[in-house]
Amino acid sequence: MDITVITIFVLAIFVGFEIITKVPPTLHTPLMSGSNAISGIAIIGALLSTLVEGDIATWLGFVSVLFAMINVVGGFMVTDRMLKMFKKKK
Amino acid sequence: MEIYINIAYLIAAVCFIYGLKMLSHPRTARNGNLISSFGMLLAIIATVGLNGTDVNGTSIQLNWMLIGIALLLGSIIGAFFAVKVEMTQMPQLVAIFNGFGGAASSLVACSEFLKLPDVGASTFTFIAISLSIIVGTLTFTGSFIAFGKLQGFVSGQPITFTGQQALNAILALILVGSTVMLVMGIELMTAFYIIIGLSALLGIFLVIPIGGADMPVVISLLNSYSGIAAAMTGFVLIANNPESSAGNALIICGSLVGASGIILTKIMCKGMNRSLANVIFGAVGGEVEGGGGSGKEVNIKSYSTEEAAMIFDAAEKIVIVPGYGLAVAQAQHGVRELAEHLESMGKTVLYAIHPVAGRMPGHMNVLLAEANVPYEQLKDLDEINPEFEDCDVALVLGANDVVNPAARSDQSSPIYGMPILNVDKARTVIINKRTMNAGFAGIQNELFGYDNSIMVFGDAKDMLTQLLSDIKEL
Repeated sequence: MDITVITIFVLAIFVGFEIITKVPPTLHTPLMSGSNAISGIAIIGALLSTLVEGDIATWLGFVSVLFAMINVVGGFMVTDRMLKMFKKKK
Repeated sequence: MEIYINIAYLIAAVCFIYGLKMLSHPRTARNGNLISSFGMLLAIIATVGLNGTDVNGTSIQLNWMLIGIALLLGSIIGAFFAVKVEMTQMPQLVAIFNGFGGAASSLVACSEFLKLPDVGASTFTFIAISLSIIVGTLTFTGSFIAFGKLQGFVSGQPITFTGQQALNAILALILVGSTVMLVMGIELMTAFYIIIGLSALLGIFLVIPIGGADMPVVISLLNSYSGIAAAMTGFVLIANNPESSAGNALIICGSLVGASGIILTKIMCKGMNRSLANVIFGAVGGEVEGGGGSGKEVNIKSYSTEEAAMIFDAAEKIVIVPGYGLAVAQAQHGVRELAEHLESMGKTVLYAIHPVAGRMPGHMNVLLAEANVPYEQLKDLDEINPEFEDCDVALVLGANDVVNPAARSDQSSPIYGMPILNVDKARTVIINKRTMNAGFAGIQNELFGYDNSIMVFGDAKDMLTQLLSDIKEL
């Protein structure tokens, strides 16, 4: 295992801290639901795990695609629903 | 082909980072969320594309169907929850979604484990698989307990028993031991099942001793865990398919979410003046702890809404301090109507939002935004505190501990040191409460007895309607 993945991991954490600290407290709930939807990126791993033929791993893949998709679709939609409500003064 | 897919993952990661960056202002936030969801769509399409090209033989048909069903079903369920949920139930929804995210990561790691060739794999692979299953599974079970507590299915009181922490420590040790068994190649399947079972138990045991009032911290923490689980799964994917950068995408996104959850956890802990360790192991924060308090006699002045209306009439600058009690009374619209009327009379109206005013970070802001309160009027603790100095009326609605001056002065108070909204600095403080009961922390509030404090008793919604009509009649 080479150092590249660890490098990506560490740098991504720093990027995360930098951008998230700039999110104002007003938007912390949408931040949470939105970032939650992003953690549904596990879906690409889930899709890849359905590749194995006809054994239990495929079914695990099926369930994980299902769970991740609930997370992704529900997360982005509810975030949009909330952000739509934040209006400027008339 | 592989290179295009990897580029698609890279673009997706950039979309997520840029989308989160656009969350730094309410004006751009909605588009930011759209960009993030586009990134996700791209990642899914790229992955399904890979599926079509790399697999030979007859199994493609089955996989397509399975994938199609899972994607469709997941979308329907997710959309249903997203459309149906009440804004007050947002913490529960986020808890469930956290749980599904954690479970998905864990299941991918399980699937990757079962795919491993019989000859075994590297130490790195086994550690990554183990961590991914542990974090993902405990996020899953812990989130459902948190959901149950918020929804009232499980008692909001801390559930404790003797030796709880010793038990958790033993569970953690066995988990480490099982991981070592995986690495050494001893009883692989047994170790695998032990890891799944015990991490599920650990998730339950970690959340049940935490009181309902501390749930904002737990939700934030589980949010972070769901990200960390995805990142760990990324390591598993990298170890098993080094040529694909799917794992990189998971590591990047998981780290972003992990960082976000940790920042929010820190903010919540600071807002409650508690250390994270104290929240997790302290077993306090029950919804209705016994009266406690100092037993000090507090002399209060109780006013009618007509009398309060006259004070509002004379005021120039008004700060409204909403607490969760306001949302429970469904009085957000009443507040907005009152504020709009006061503004039409030429007065300045601002809202003071304490970090722990709702049931999750930023919850109160969403509840007020739903009632069409413009976001410019919502001020956080640091912005609003200097404003109280020249404020004529501070209207406290369903908030208690977050405006208790004992947090500043009384070293013996359990909330001493907690950052509070300095409403007592305002010329007049009008406090609406249903009754004289103590707040969440079970402490009597000396603010109520201050010379510049006035109590108006009653249900928040009715009181606001009455107050508004009284102001109009003046």
